[in-house]
Amino acid sequence: MKNYINLGRDVNRLDGYDKVSGNAKYIADYEFPGMLYAKVLRSPHPHAEIISINTSAAEKMEGVIAVTHSGKCSHKMGLYLVDRPVFATGKVRFKGEPVAAVAALTEDIAAAAIKKIKVRYKMLPLVDNIEDALKKNATLVHPDLMKYSYLPIYYPKKGTNIFNHFPLRKGDIKKGFKQSHKIYENEFTLPQIQHVPMEPHGALAKWDRNDKLTVYSSVQSPFTLRNLLRLAFGLSHKDVRVIAPYVGGGFGGKAGINMEPLAVALAKEAKGKWIKLIFSREEVFLGTTVRQAMRARVKTGISKNGRIIAEDIEMVFDGGAYAEYGTNVVRAAGYTCIGPYDIENVKGDTYGVYTNHLVGGAFRGFGHGELHWAVESQMDIIANDLKMDPAEFRRLNVLKPGSINSMGEKITKHTGNMVACIDAVAKDLKWGKSSKKPAKPYIKRGKGLAVLEKAPAMPANATSCARVKFNEDATVIVHFSGMEIGQGCITALTQIAAERLKMDVSKLHAAGLPDTDFSPYEWQTVASRITWAVGNAIINAVDDAHAKIKKVAAKVLKVKTSQLDIDGEKVFVIGNKRKSIALPLIIMGYQYPDGHTIGGPVEGVGTFTPNLTNLDAKTGQGHAAAEWTFGCEGAEIEVDTRTGEMKILNLVGAFDLGTVINPSTARGQIIGGMIQGLGSAVLEELKYKDGKIANPSFVDYKIPTAADLPDKIKHIFIQTPDDGGPFGARAIGEHPMISIPPAIANAIYDAIGVRIKALPLTDEKILSSLKEKK
Amino acid sequence: MSKDITLNVNGIDHHVNIQGNETLLKVLRDKLGLTAAKEGCGAGECGACAVIYNGSPASSCLILAIEAEGVEILTLEGITPKDHLHPIQQAFIDKGAVQCGFCTPGMIVTTYSLLKSNPDPTEEEIKKAISGNLCRCTGYVQIIEAIREAARRLKRSKGRRK
Ligand code: FES
Ligand code: FES
Repeated sequence: MKNYINLGRDVNRLDGYDKVSGNAKYIADYEFPGMLYAKVLRSPHPHAEIISINTSAAEKMEGVIAVTHSGKCSHKMGLYLVDRPVFATGKVRFKGEPVAAVAALTEDIAAAAIKKIKVRYKMLPLVDNIEDALKKNATLVHPDLMKYSYLPIYYPKKGTNIFNHFPLRKGDIKKGFKQSHKIYENEFTLPQIQHVPMEPHGALAKWDRNDKLTVYSSVQSPFTLRNLLRLAFGLSHKDVRVIAPYVGGGFGGKAGINMEPLAVALAKEAKGKWIKLIFSREEVFLGTTVRQAMRARVKTGISKNGRIIAEDIEMVFDGGAYAEYGTNVVRAAGYTCIGPYDIENVKGDTYGVYTNHLVGGAFRGFGHGELHWAVESQMDIIANDLKMDPAEFRRLNVLKPGSINSMGEKITKHTGNMVACIDAVAKDLKWGKSSKKPAKPYIKRGKGLAVLEKAPAMPANATSCARVKFNEDATVIVHFSGMEIGQGCITALTQIAAERLKMDVSKLHAAGLPDTDFSPYEWQTVASRITWAVGNAIINAVDDAHAKIKKVAAKVLKVKTSQLDIDGEKVFVIGNKRKSIALPLIIMGYQYPDGHTIGGPVEGVGTFTPNLTNLDAKTGQGHAAAEWTFGCEGAEIEVDTRTGEMKILNLVGAFDLGTVINPSTARGQIIGGMIQGLGSAVLEELKYKDGKIANPSFVDYKIPTAADLPDKIKHIFIQTPDDGGPFGARAIGEHPMISIPPAIANAIYDAIGVRIKALPLTDEKILSSLKEKK
Repeated sequence: MSKDITLNVNGIDHHVNIQGNETLLKVLRDKLGLTAAKEGCGAGECGACAVIYNGSPASSCLILAIEAEGVEILTLEGITPKDHLHPIQQAFIDKGAVQCGFCTPGMIVTTYSLLKSNPDPTEEEIKKAISGNLCRCTGYVQIIEAIREAARRLKRSKGRRK
């Protein structure tokens, strides 16, 4: 590791003071004089035609200022596929879909008014699961699918519920299976789950009479939100301003466009007034997005010496009632479909289908938690059947320098070191040695591990911009629009800026929280890409500022700019440090003794664009991964075979995250992600009854508490510098969540010899599988 | 039905006009401008709205403001000293126990109450004390470390004062 002054150091979070003191403002903390409060009427049915909406009684109520529904606001929205109406139009497609909204002087009045809106429905047949959606002559959730606008990198199928099909073809799959010594086929499934950010979603909107729109929102993507709002409502970018306060957790659930249009539609009806709409916890469950459910069928061919030589994988995602953002989850899962393996012959078909379920969208891992659940369970089945050590089987088959991955990209030694991740986890688990025998014979212990990879899933034109602005005393303000959603980007990005400026981080201030009128452009805070992408933009911004300083200094010192260098305090002639100008004397313009001044205030601008291409429509080959993060996760568990009760003894995760910018926040991402992964492994599932969500509350949808922590949990950094990352850093936000479920399922198999192929891995499921085995 | 009541919050009597169905959380946030306590669920299930009520931690979303008359209420704002941070707050920063920060006020309030009654809690006691405070970001590990660190610092400063 190089000698850095600001990196690899536990710089305390720059937002720490705000957050421990209660000073940090979140969306619900904003109040403006004369504000109106909004409530949303939601569909009680999962699939029904809307016969009529009668709002007259609600409108007549004292204190009601505006009522709106599809009759007044018929706009559609969507990041990748524009299929989602602001208000259910013509029909409702899931229970909980917004049908109408009211703005009133108080929340109580708005809530009472909602109840007075009369809607008549006629039931339609329910598309309740993937099988319903795919069957012949299926009820179509969107008969007009082909009329929607979408980006040309997606492939909806006419006359079906399929909103995207991503095919991947590599090598010769027929030949691969023909040459296989053994072939394995299995099916794996997982249910929808919720992000559950602790902060419920909220938005404030004001539509002025001169058609300028201002929105505050709990948003991961202020600029993308601005773009999608202006598209939906027919405005110019310059007339829409989005301001983003601190966000109380996102995990993908606040990416793209969400519930903001509901507030905007009301604001349009009550011009000049602030509308405040804050979701209840139940509405967060019903009315935001979820991780899609999935069914995967994996067929794998193995050669005599244990190499995987063919894999055919079909994944079907239950995208829910609207595809919108989820379209790209299908694509991202599709191009990574085989996971981090070196396989010569691959056939992948990844589908997204409409159902009458909650809307699927971006979720930490973005298709990769789903695909690795299938792939890493399958690998364990194969290794066990071959009587090979599962760690060794993976070492043999994973991507290494020289390998070609699923979409035809070549792996180099800069891509990351997968084998080192496996070795680190194996070592921590004391792999190969059996677990200590518990005293009680009915308690069984086991160990499991699972690998993972992920690249940021983003279009090739996902760009970033940053600025560094010198103050009079040569301190610096950094501007960027990466959203602080808890991951610590304000701190990490400021450390990167300080490092490039060769200053101590205490000399910098991060302007952080974005306002689209003032802040530099940023595509979205998603895909674990902010430290990596914005970090690069910041480096370019510092270089730009330095070039400006050098230009003036060269004139003053009568040298060429190439003879100059800058440290944190001065610009100086290389080899002659005494010939220098202190920064405060130059960063606002240099003044000669006679008063004449040259140059001006120094501000540097930098941008970053990933170097990507679209993928081939028929084969999925191309370059969609700006960088990869490899990892391995392991678990040791014990099961009480009388009750099925499982206890997690140890969780460990090793990730090749390149240069670690801030070990404490990186650790926070890893541990937090692993525990969210634990939730998805053993607890979390959105349950349906007759197409209606049955557990939209913390009473019935449990997430991990401090009491659910494993006895031991450990993170391991592997640091192979990424040649395209800022100071060699790469992404880490999503990855720790991804392979905890298969690691635990594999440990269960090791302990008791049962293979559970459907998440979550509940005690009841363990018990019933044990009974079946007998 | 509205009513005038007096609420004792952070040692100050506030005269407020409230609706009969308004929760203490809503009145603290909307009428007293004390927005550190957050609404995460409104149903007593997440701990984001925790305040010290009559000396013990409570979910202010479950308490009607009208019932709170005459009760001593302490919020995160009241725990924070005038011109620096409380050792618990500083430990939360130093140990990386904060991510999105939405659960943080509730966590700190709960910790404050725990360390008042049990200045030297074991790891199990800490887990138990905060198990009603949900955090989706941190996985709790660094929060638990911060609480242990805060306990250590508080003990040390007490020792010094003696
Ligand atoms: S808001 Fe009170 S417990 Fe969740
Ligand atoms: S820090 Fe985000 S919920 Fe705890």
